[in-house]
Amino acid sequence: MVPSCPFIYIIRKDVDVYSQILRKLFNESHGIFLGLQRIDEELTGKSRKSQLVRVSKNYRSVIRACMEEMHQVAIAAKDPASGRQFSSQVSILSAMELIWNLCEILFIEVAPAGHLLLHLLDWVRLHVCEVDSLSADVLGSENPSNHGSFWNLVTILVLQGRLDEARQMLSKEADASPASAGICRIMGDLMRTMPILSPGNTQTLTELELKWQHWHEECERYLQDSTFATNPHLESLLKIMLGDEAALLEQKELLSNWYHFLVTRLLYSNPTVKPIDLHYYAQSSLDLFLGGESSPEPLDNILLAAFEFDIHQVIKECSIALSNWWFVAHLTDLLDHCKLLQSHNLYFGSNMREFLLLEYASGLFAHPSLWQLGVDYFDYCPKLGRVSLELHIERIPLNTEQKALKVLRICEQRQMTEQVRSICKILAMKAVRNNRLGSALSWSIRAKDAAFATLVSDRFLRDYCERGCFSDLDLIDNLGPAMMLSDRLTFLGKYREFHHMYGEKRFADAASLLLSLMTSRIAPRSFWMTLLTDALPLLEQKQVIFSAEQTYELMQCLEDLTSRRPVRGESDIQQLQDEDIETTKVEMLRLALARNLARAIIREGSLEGS
Amino acid sequence: MEEIYAKFVSQKISKTRWRPLPPGSLQTAETFATGSWDNEENYVSLWSIGDFGNLDSDGGFEGDHQLLCDIRHHGDVMDLQFFDQERIVTASSTGCVTVFLHHPNNQTLSVNQQWTTAHYHAGPGSPSYSSAPCTGVVCNNPEIVTVGEDGRINLFRADHKEAVRTIDNADSSTLHAVTFLRTPEILTVNSIGQLKIWDFRQQGNEPSQILSLTGDRVPLHCVDRHPNQQHVVATGGQDGMLSIWDVRQGTMPVSLLKAHEAEMWEVHFHPSNPDHLFTCSEDGSLWHWDASTDVPEKSSLFHQGGRSSTFLSHSISNQANVHQSVISSWLSTDPAKDRIEITSLLPSRSLSVNSLDVLGPCLVCGTDAEAIYVTRHLFS
Repeated sequence: MVPSCPFIYIIRKDVDVYSQILRKLFNESHGIFLGLQRIDEELTGKSRKSQLVRVSKNYRSVIRACMEEMHQVAIAAKDPASGRQFSSQVSILSAMELIWNLCEILFIEVAPAGHLLLHLLDWVRLHVCEVDSLSADVLGSENPSNHGSFWNLVTILVLQGRLDEARQMLSKEADASPASAGICRIMGDLMRTMPILSPGNTQTLTELELKWQHWHEECERYLQDSTFATNPHLESLLKIMLGDEAALLEQKELLSNWYHFLVTRLLYSNPTVKPIDLHYYAQSSLDLFLGGESSPEPLDNILLAAFEFDIHQVIKECSIALSNWWFVAHLTDLLDHCKLLQSHNLYFGSNMREFLLLEYASGLFAHPSLWQLGVDYFDYCPKLGRVSLELHIERIPLNTEQKALKVLRICEQRQMTEQVRSICKILAMKAVRNNRLGSALSWSIRAKDAAFATLVSDRFLRDYCERGCFSDLDLIDNLGPAMMLSDRLTFLGKYREFHHMYGEKRFADAASLLLSLMTSRIAPRSFWMTLLTDALPLLEQKQVIFSAEQTYELMQCLEDLTSRRPVRGESDIQQLQDEDIETTKVEMLRLALARNLARAIIREGSLEGS
Repeated sequence: MEEIYAKFVSQKISKTRWRPLPPGSLQTAETFATGSWDNEENYVSLWSIGDFGNLDSDGGFEGDHQLLCDIRHHGDVMDLQFFDQERIVTASSTGCVTVFLHHPNNQTLSVNQQWTTAHYHAGPGSPSYSSAPCTGVVCNNPEIVTVGEDGRINLFRADHKEAVRTIDNADSSTLHAVTFLRTPEILTVNSIGQLKIWDFRQQGNEPSQILSLTGDRVPLHCVDRHPNQQHVVATGGQDGMLSIWDVRQGTMPVSLLKAHEAEMWEVHFHPSNPDHLFTCSEDGSLWHWDASTDVPEKSSLFHQGGRSSTFLSHSISNQANVHQSVISSWLSTDPAKDRIEITSLLPSRSLSVNSLDVLGPCLVCGTDAEAIYVTRHLFS
């Protein structure tokens, strides 16, 4: 006997998708995604680039908002385990934003030399935020220049290229200790005169280079003259500003990561660096910073790939590192709009963008609620989107009519008639099983499903035969143009009309309607007996209603009906009784028809008034 | 439309309703309730847009809406109404009708009363018991009327354990919405395009009147009664068509207005300015219909500001013999005058707008994109 495992494991993929805060990310980015697809068709040229940058910034602000909220939740978390979980989510989001920002600078903004460094400086400043808290700390104290972290603050300001603020700090030091006022002033001047490309400036790159070279030499002179020898802090600042690698590496703690080191190094040794030269500096910065002590982490590899302008590598590494397709799907889509991705043909013929979007959207469909977002993503996958949508949408569980209506609307908007039919059929069957014949009919009308409408009508007719009256008269009496959907339905409607006419004593009209119902053959054979029986009272009326012609036709129908009846063999009492009733009915009909025929012939044969 | 605030709330919103103000109060609306749907855990939540201390340049209070409290709800919230200042009635997709009570002192919600088998296909006694979603609920203190996919109408009274009156098989199709006409009369709309009026004073199970569209039997999803004129009713259909009916006259609508491109989920007359009508739809738009006559004569509809859309008015019956002074601007059928101005209120197309509510100058709506939009300056 093989022991069986008593447990059932519930496997769920994409745990991230269920997080409350991340849902906001998915929803907001869905809106941005749609906006991007729609504007893309219209834009060309310069405005296109600025629009794409704006879209990128929108995505980033959404990530930041999410980060903020998660940070608040992490702080407020009651138990440390969930607090840690939220904190790790925050750091993942922060890393995503870091990568996205770099991609925006390098691939979307495509900043040229000169401006490139400014963007990179902004990038670093945004992501190393200890400066602000440190600054608040130091400035808030009574005697800032005596604060323990004063020089740390000044150093980090210099490292981030925030030379104006650093100068202000130095002036405080100058005020506090007159002895070093002189050298502080010189340093301040040096900081002030560092040439930097400002956005409104019209100087060319060469001019900037020349000026910078000049300034650099001035700094060198000060170093060689040992002007700042009395103050080791200022001396190290000077070395930093000269771009001395050793001095920079001494500040590893303040720099905190290799890309900060990279940007500072570029700022003070090669501010007009060209984009294509970036990767030399990037690789060497990483090596120098890590110094052989630790190996690069996934994030480092991703950033390095970005500096090397290897987009595919960036996306590949991100896909591996992150557990959710959200990031790579949206970033790749945006880069694709920038026309940066060559179409890589993957196994099933779609390109990378489409593959990632399909994966992301399929993940959304696994969620009970977010499937509606997935629909729009499938729409923008030209090769396999429609097919994937068709498969997914049929499998959404429909527990209320309202949800079914939404799903049907999605299918109808995309002309997925097969799916519409199959969903309507399922709903109609459910309705029939619950005895909601009106609902069943309205579903078959929506799907234009004649076969089902016939089924519903047969149900009605069967009920009538069994009970002698119609259920749901409100439906049958008010069919309207829907009657035309199926023959059986038309018959039902007309039959009710016959009842109405009879009730209003419009016998002649009722009679001809009844006859046409039978002769046009839209009445089901099983119902003919009932129709003929309905004709009986009309035949028995004092006045002659059916003309001779009509009576002949009725007799024809009766003969048709009786001649086809199979000869019964041995049967039990009940069947014999039924047969008896049948035979009596037929005989009565024959008698009534014969009598009517006689009266009709006489009436038609006689002259009016005589 | 300026100053419309959006907030993403991590749940698809199926219903939003303002908390009614005490009669005679001069305050503006401050609190609204929302119900979610399609989640594994659905919630009924209360939100507040009251001041949070941020004064804007005009001295008015602005800011996001904040969550006050919420409570788990079994099944999708199919409909939600405020019964009175503290109680909220919800209709669930499990066929259950629940009354929630709000405790303002500690800001919590609790279940006050529940009718768990209000709507079902096969009865609780039978072996194949299956519940049916309850699709609509309307309150008129102390009565609550509910309708569902089982075609049943229930009349409950708060604090009574059993239903006061039940009309089984009132309709062979699904009843989508219900509203009170006059106190003992209700009006229901169903999925074969019929309006039925029921009188609770009568004993039978038949409607006292049936009205329907002449053309295709398009399902009707929502209904609202004119606040002052109890015979004027507006309905919205699956094809996005807005119909105005006069229930005293004839069995056909007075006017049909082609509106949205997809199902119209809710239609509301403004309770204090009934010349204004609001509709929201599956196509992601929310429209404000302005039929007030103090607007200067416009020769054409299309040059109005805002994001108006094409509108085709098609009147069916002649109402010419009604006195001009008592005629509602909705009933007058002179298409040449083109007096209705339509503006779209949401800044961009989103997923379906499932619900809206208006009270005074405030409007709130909820969408399938998990966002709630609030504006406090409807008529600026």
